[in-house]
Amino acid sequence: MSMMDHGTAMRTAVSTADAVRLQGIAKLFGSVVANRDASLSVATGEIHALVGENGAGKSTLMRVLAGMYAPDQGTLHVNGRDVTGWSTPDAIAAGVGMVHQHFMLVPTLTVAENIILGLEPLNGLRVDMTRAIAEVKALSAKSGLQVDPSTLVADLTVGEAQRVEILKALYRGARILILDEPTAVLSPPEVRDLWTVLRTLRENGGTVILITHKLDEVIAVSDTITVMRAGMTVSRFATAGTTPRDIARAMVGRDVRLALDAVATSACVRVSGVAPATRVAGLTVRSDRGTVAVNNLSFEIAPGEILGIAGVEGNGQTELLEAIAGLRRPVSGSVFLGERDMTAMAVRERADAGLSHIPEDRHRRGLVLEFSIADNLILGRQHHFSSMRGLDGERIARNAAAQIQAFDIRPPIASLPARALSGGNQQKIVIAREMGRPFTVLLAAQPTRGVDVGAIEFIHEQLRKARSEGKGILLVSADLPEVIALSDRVAVMYGGRFVVVMAAGDATSERLGPYMTGAAA
Amino acid sequence: MKSTSEIGAVAVAPAKAGYRSMLENVLPVLVALAIAAVVGDVLILTFGESPANVYSLLVEGTWGNFYGIGQVLYKATTLTFTGLAFALASRAGLFNVGAESQLAMGGFAAALMGYLLPASVPGVIAVVLCVCAAAAGGSAVAAVPGALRARFGASEVIVTIMLNFVVLALLNWLVSSHFHVIETLHTLPINSGRVSRLADMFLAFRGSAANWTMLLAIAAALISTWFLFRTRAGYELRVVGLQPDAAEYGGVSVPRVLFSTMALSGALAGIGGVNFVLGYKGYYEEGFAGGAGFLGIAVALVGRNHPIGIVFAALLFATLSQGGLAVNALVPKQLTDILTAVVILAVAMSVPEVQRQIRLSTARALAMLQTSTSRAEGKT
Repeated sequence: MSMMDHGTAMRTAVSTADAVRLQGIAKLFGSVVANRDASLSVATGEIHALVGENGAGKSTLMRVLAGMYAPDQGTLHVNGRDVTGWSTPDAIAAGVGMVHQHFMLVPTLTVAENIILGLEPLNGLRVDMTRAIAEVKALSAKSGLQVDPSTLVADLTVGEAQRVEILKALYRGARILILDEPTAVLSPPEVRDLWTVLRTLRENGGTVILITHKLDEVIAVSDTITVMRAGMTVSRFATAGTTPRDIARAMVGRDVRLALDAVATSACVRVSGVAPATRVAGLTVRSDRGTVAVNNLSFEIAPGEILGIAGVEGNGQTELLEAIAGLRRPVSGSVFLGERDMTAMAVRERADAGLSHIPEDRHRRGLVLEFSIADNLILGRQHHFSSMRGLDGERIARNAAAQIQAFDIRPPIASLPARALSGGNQQKIVIAREMGRPFTVLLAAQPTRGVDVGAIEFIHEQLRKARSEGKGILLVSADLPEVIALSDRVAVMYGGRFVVVMAAGDATSERLGPYMTGAAA
Repeated sequence: MKSTSEIGAVAVAPAKAGYRSMLENVLPVLVALAIAAVVGDVLILTFGESPANVYSLLVEGTWGNFYGIGQVLYKATTLTFTGLAFALASRAGLFNVGAESQLAMGGFAAALMGYLLPASVPGVIAVVLCVCAAAAGGSAVAAVPGALRARFGASEVIVTIMLNFVVLALLNWLVSSHFHVIETLHTLPINSGRVSRLADMFLAFRGSAANWTMLLAIAAALISTWFLFRTRAGYELRVVGLQPDAAEYGGVSVPRVLFSTMALSGALAGIGGVNFVLGYKGYYEEGFAGGAGFLGIAVALVGRNHPIGIVFAALLFATLSQGGLAVNALVPKQLTDILTAVVILAVAMSVPEVQRQIRLSTARALAMLQTSTSRAEGKT
């Protein structure tokens, strides 16, 4: 099935039987556009998959539906009733329940107590726990969500906790159930159990909206698919007859300019036999949860080379970059910058030794949003702008003026807080700071995420320019065409390892896809 | 054409941004004061008095005569120190509720130092030593929650609150069992290190406790401003407070900053004790802090965590406190306590709302500027 213009798709799909109909939804957070012109219709009694890359605006759209956010534009109908801008209690009363990515349970209470919270069956003034347990058991049997009502939530596995979340929604009478990335934390058998539960719900006349970015799940369980990209709903498919490739194409979108660039890339000439710009040897890194995120990984990047890492997020990319940058202590292994072992160096020493880092989350790490552009442009280099008499305001201003001009940061007002800038210009501050100074190795994580088209082009130019100047660049991006277009070599990271490394000229979405999902190794 | 417009924008910008941040910080406080005045009017009317009479009495009793001015300056001095202490910690994302006990410990340390020093020590040296002792005393108390936070992530809010009880009880025991003058709750007077009063130089201030410690308070505010906004350590402190992850990314050791900021905050609160011990009574007395440590939180809030704002906020709260005594003839002096509370609540509520309004209008103006610039560029 080919992609349809979503406007016509939405019009033909609209019917009175729709459980949910969102039209032209726009939602802004400050200057960040989370949703624009997003439309979705979900028929009663179907499992509807809402797919898209991270940051495509899926969760925001569903929070609008669940009454957590009021849309800035657009209308919202549930079961034919206009409910635009309703509140969470309204949504619950109308039978819309959302199960969040991060569980919202009280760990010190039992399963039954969590489920009845706020709707406790009473016996006089006391909570009737016997009845509560019986009710939960009945609901559990009916829906196929097996869980012992008298266990403490703290003692549950992640999969069980999720069942409790779903039961909680059902106990509140949810007929339209929204699940946000429900399988992110589940093991394969638990995923299969979840599918069974969702199918049971559908047979009982329930409607399910499933947020995910995993294509195999979409194909396995959904009836209809809506794809989101950059805050918009871009296409809609019936699952039957649709291949993962169709969905992937809609998710990523084809950019003609990027496809052309891929040709230019392969023309890049590199001198072999040169000492690597950076080398990683036997690196093992743990995630915050203590699991092995990077598993005995070794690779080299030559000067003038871009090594691109493709892969589904959460396969160790974040931990790998943090370990190289000095923000996370590796369990074992070493990291070299040129010939220097920098495994034991502090962040500042690494920066001074020639390591630049564009972090994946500019709002959390890369920028101090309340600080001015000028102050942000010295972050990580503040010791170079300081003397006995304090910070050298004049040099900071000169540096800001030069960087603002060189990297075309708009508006060109050095004293403006970073918060006031668009996403693209905020990212340009980070790029200017990290690339507008001497460096030999650059870690670029999601350099164009949430950035407008003009800025994307500019950032790509900067990366290519740095490569032609002989810098070694490690690029991590969720945008597969970007990785293929910019890189000399593409590695696919899965489960903390590089499952395949190939020349960018040989890499296509079709070839990399199976490695990314772990289907090929 | 493009280049001229850009030069214009860059040149105009700093002044404009400074004005905007001024507006964002000062306007909410003015709105809050207006609200407090209205609430005060209503309260005064319920006592059957005329608000105009009461307010004029309040002004007369504080800024209307030298004694009143002296008392206000004296009270504002301690509040400036505790306000600065809270603000500095707050800029690093720390909530130091322990200024009360840090202030008391500072005062005790200054008194002890002054008592131990022989009277022959030259005044300047004695004062410097006593101030250092006060700073060290306050700093030692604050270093405990600082270390626990930096090392174990223990909430400094809880630890500072609990330490207030511990430290105040400890001082109480030390004074009542070892250092007190019989039948009093204060220590022996200091031998050396007295700070002279304003009244010694200007007779008009006779009777008021105002002393030259207030110059130290102003110096502390100026140095804090320089430290926070003009030094690398201040820059790093603010990054830690705003975005710890960005600080880590920028090569800053977050735990080290948290610890040293708490210690510095405690030192500032501790020096506040000098005002009473060296400048007023000449000894440490049980309970001299009298809530000035806690009121410092409100001072920092109203002063928008800016050292200069804090000096003015300290003067405001000192005026209200002293004014309570002045208006006592017409209305209960608790009226000014209520006004103090209303100012705090009104500031807490009006700050986000007023700032939101200001930001909205700035964003609109900026959007207009951008579209007009791009249009101008399109023409060239």
